Amino acid sequence: MEELDGEPTVTLIPGVNSKKNQMCFDWGPGGDAGVCYIFFFCFVSEKSEMVPSCPFIYIIRKDVDVYSQILRKLFNESHGIFLGLQRIDEELTGKSRKSQLVRVSKNYRSVIRACMEEMHQLAIAAKDPANGRQFSSQVSILSAVELIWNLCEILFIEVAPAGPLLLHLLDWVRLHVCEVDSLSADVLGSENPSKHDSFWNLVTILVLQGRLDEARQMLSKEADASPASAGMCRTMGDLMRTMPILSPGNTQTLTELELKWQHWHEECERYLQDSTFATSPHLESLLKIMLGDEAALLEQKELLSNWYHFLVTRLLYSNPTVKPIDLHYYAQSSLDLFLGGESSPEPLDNILLAAFEFDIHQVIKECSIALSNWWFVAHLTDLLDHCKLLQSHNLYFGSNMREFLLLEYASGLFAHPSLWQLGVDYFDYCPELGRVSLELHIERIPLNTEQKALKVLRICEQRQMTEQVRSICKILAMKAVRNNRLGSALSWSIRAKDAAFATLVSDRFLRDYCERGCFSDLDLIDNLGPAMMLSDRLTFLGKYREFHRMYGEKRFADAASLLLSLMTSRIAPRSFWMTLLTDALPLLEQKQVIFSAEQTYELMRCLEDLTSRRPVRGESDTEQLQDDDIETTKVEMLRLALARNLARAIVREGSLEGS
Amino acid sequence: MEEIYAKFVSQKISKTRWRPLPPGSLQTAETFATGSWDNEENYVSLWSIGDFGNLDSDGGFEGDHQLLCDIRHHGDVMDLQFFDQERIVAASSTGCVTVFLHHPNNQTLSLNQQWTTAHYHTGPGSPSYSSAPCTGVVCNNPEIVTVGEDGRINLFRADHKEAVRTIDNADSSTLHAVTFLRTPEILTVNSIGQLKIWDFRQQGNEPSQILSLTGDRVPLHCVDRHPNQQHVVATGGQDGMLSIWDVRQGTMPVSLLKAHEAEMWEVHFHPSNPDHLFTCSEDGSLWHWDASTDVPEKSSLFHQGGRSSTFLSHSISNQANVHQSAISSWLSTDPAKDRIEITSLLPSRSLSVNSLDVLGPCLVCGTDAEAIYVTRHLFS
Repeated sequence: MEELDGEPTVTLIPGVNSKKNQMCFDWGPGGDAGVCYIFFFCFVSEKSEMVPSCPFIYIIRKDVDVYSQILRKLFNESHGIFLGLQRIDEELTGKSRKSQLVRVSKNYRSVIRACMEEMHQLAIAAKDPANGRQFSSQVSILSAVELIWNLCEILFIEVAPAGPLLLHLLDWVRLHVCEVDSLSADVLGSENPSKHDSFWNLVTILVLQGRLDEARQMLSKEADASPASAGMCRTMGDLMRTMPILSPGNTQTLTELELKWQHWHEECERYLQDSTFATSPHLESLLKIMLGDEAALLEQKELLSNWYHFLVTRLLYSNPTVKPIDLHYYAQSSLDLFLGGESSPEPLDNILLAAFEFDIHQVIKECSIALSNWWFVAHLTDLLDHCKLLQSHNLYFGSNMREFLLLEYASGLFAHPSLWQLGVDYFDYCPELGRVSLELHIERIPLNTEQKALKVLRICEQRQMTEQVRSICKILAMKAVRNNRLGSALSWSIRAKDAAFATLVSDRFLRDYCERGCFSDLDLIDNLGPAMMLSDRLTFLGKYREFHRMYGEKRFADAASLLLSLMTSRIAPRSFWMTLLTDALPLLEQKQVIFSAEQTYELMRCLEDLTSRRPVRGESDTEQLQDDDIETTKVEMLRLALARNLARAIVREGSLEGS
Repeated sequence: MEEIYAKFVSQKISKTRWRPLPPGSLQTAETFATGSWDNEENYVSLWSIGDFGNLDSDGGFEGDHQLLCDIRHHGDVMDLQFFDQERIVAASSTGCVTVFLHHPNNQTLSLNQQWTTAHYHTGPGSPSYSSAPCTGVVCNNPEIVTVGEDGRINLFRADHKEAVRTIDNADSSTLHAVTFLRTPEILTVNSIGQLKIWDFRQQGNEPSQILSLTGDRVPLHCVDRHPNQQHVVATGGQDGMLSIWDVRQGTMPVSLLKAHEAEMWEVHFHPSNPDHLFTCSEDGSLWHWDASTDVPEKSSLFHQGGRSSTFLSHSISNQANVHQSAISSWLSTDPAKDRIEITSLLPSRSLSVNSLDVLGPCLVCGTDAEAIYVTRHLFS
């Protein structure tokens, strides 16, 4: 047995004493899809003789993320991005491909941020504190997700080399530690910014985030306010201004930069040794930060707020041209230093650490455990797969990891009453098991209207899932029959090309005709067209109706030969022959001769065929006798009419030949 | 068409409809209604695209549409029509037809009137009723006509408790949509490719005319009548084809135009610019058909875009001229002479566009991807 990655959580079911009652459970739709676990619990009382049926069924949904209104926007919007990503031309290589992938990654992140902001608004507006807390916790989850995604984007997709790497990491920190902006607005908004309580905090944060231009502007305000320290502030400002940094447009090489940076660092060092800022503890500590002094940095723990901020600041002022390969060393030591053995790392810390170690699989694994839904891992893994980073890794079950996660996510969507349509496209892009999964899921969608059925049918038809098309049409045809909508039922069985069912419906039509003496649903039967060939019975129905139409239009000769051919070609079911022969009666009785002698012989043969094969009935009650009576009269009348017609036909044909 | 605004609304949208403008009004459209489907709880909602002036920083940018009010709707919203300025008629998958009343003062919707079993099935040989989805509704104050999967046509009148007229078994297959042709006459389309005209003056349950697609019996899903020439009718089918019919002559469509790749869910002539036609489809596309491009003097009149210029084109008494050109635009059978220009209005296609509506320069559409798209500059 494989070891568990985490302790399973225990869910208590309220109002049930598990000692007294016996429980059993079954997985609901969605199964172990992760997005929502649904168990059906049955509780069977032990004294089952007294309580014959199980008294309760509980439906338990674990994790209701998918039912959140706002997350639905995330699912829908990211679905569009996902499709766009799958359509990125495989031919694209090198730079253009990379820039496309980065753009996709940014799109995903902006969707997360939009959701986060909307959730944040709701958390503020929530009147019920419990509700507000729920929204806030969602916001923090989304924000962590975005943080991880952004880091993965820098490390795995952008693959920034030494130099630009740190710039990206700085942006990353600035984006996620954003309290500084409100603080800055607060301080600058006050009457005398440099006397504001948080003035030095603000300057420190700006330096910690490497926003040296802004820090310089702040210092100039201080210089204006207190002439005593003006000189020191100016010196510090010059130090900040001259710090060499890599700018995107610059053509200088990394070695040049390193050299310049070394000179600047030594200059800072000299100021420290000369105790230039000794009279101002604030400036002195800023200088120490800019020298990358770890102790000085750790003093600002409060302002750094987390270890990865510490990591990035530390790199900025001690090793600005850090190579990607060395990141994991700095990350681990920063984490250890920052936590200082006081607390143990949280899941988020482990995930980020794994990312800094470039261990993609560990990142995905940790995320899968920590997060309650598959949205994040499925989309991130898919994106990384498009970066061709996951090829080597194969799971010992199912297909590869990308497909496994996408399948999980999509089956979760199918468990939702209305998000199932999104799941279809995800299945489409799982080459190995996607199709079978879709086949299994699509048949389980409840079809309450024809319009929904048409949408499901379209999905199946586009993918040539003939078996599912048949089964859906059959369900609809059955439903129509139950509702007495024969026309509809026939249309559905024609669409499914289901000959057996078409025969069944045609029989219903014929039976109704025998009972009522007229056809219903003429608009359909008259317009069957080539669909008539689907089953013999349907052909008969169509042709028989055609006979009636010809008869109505007084095209007797055509009607007569059609009627005869229906019997001789054996399309008409034998049980219907008597009706057909009876239909021939008025034609036989017409003034002019319609059936030729030969045709009359054929008719007679049909009649004899029918009467000779009639089973001999043993028992005879009165009703039966009456029926038999009617039947015998009918046969007698037919025989008479046929004989008379034959006589007339022979005379006529003889005289025609003679003339 | 640069300015098309999308908003995700956390519900699959089945119908979108502009609120009609008061007669003689010079405003542009600013309120529309939507209905949702296939959710655990469905809603009829009213949205505004008007400028609020005092938008707070998070309230979205200009042009974004804001929710005014909504109300629970039992079952999927299968169709939605404005009865007048305040009242909205909704058709439900439960066979129920509901009239909602909008109170502009406190921005709420309330239930005004309801016919609960407008559409139903009768089981074979048993008197038990089971509801049948109502698939289409059309209003012409004070009349409301509904059609359903039960093949039944109902004529209701606002403020009457019972149906004024019911045609049972009007169709052997499912009726998909209905529209008014002339006042007592309606047009229905069904799932075996037929277009039927019904005259409420005639008794009995036979249509006064049946037109049909030949051969394949492709189901028709939507129908719209030309706003000025009442004999010109457009329908959209399951195969995505657009058919133009002249109901005065023939039983077959005048022209069949290859359009979408899947079911065409709605077709609409532009109410004041009928040379323009809009269609949307299950394949996720929304198209603008422009049949006016080859007539320079007409297009110059129309392309000013504003409502006032459109108004002019109707009031100036060169009826004959307008008439002739309009005939050539939709009923012409010469493909070389009249080119129809088609533009796709949505940037990327994914899930079905279920509904659209046009009014003046504004267009709104709703999708299964739970987004509502609005543009206010159709002809710019």
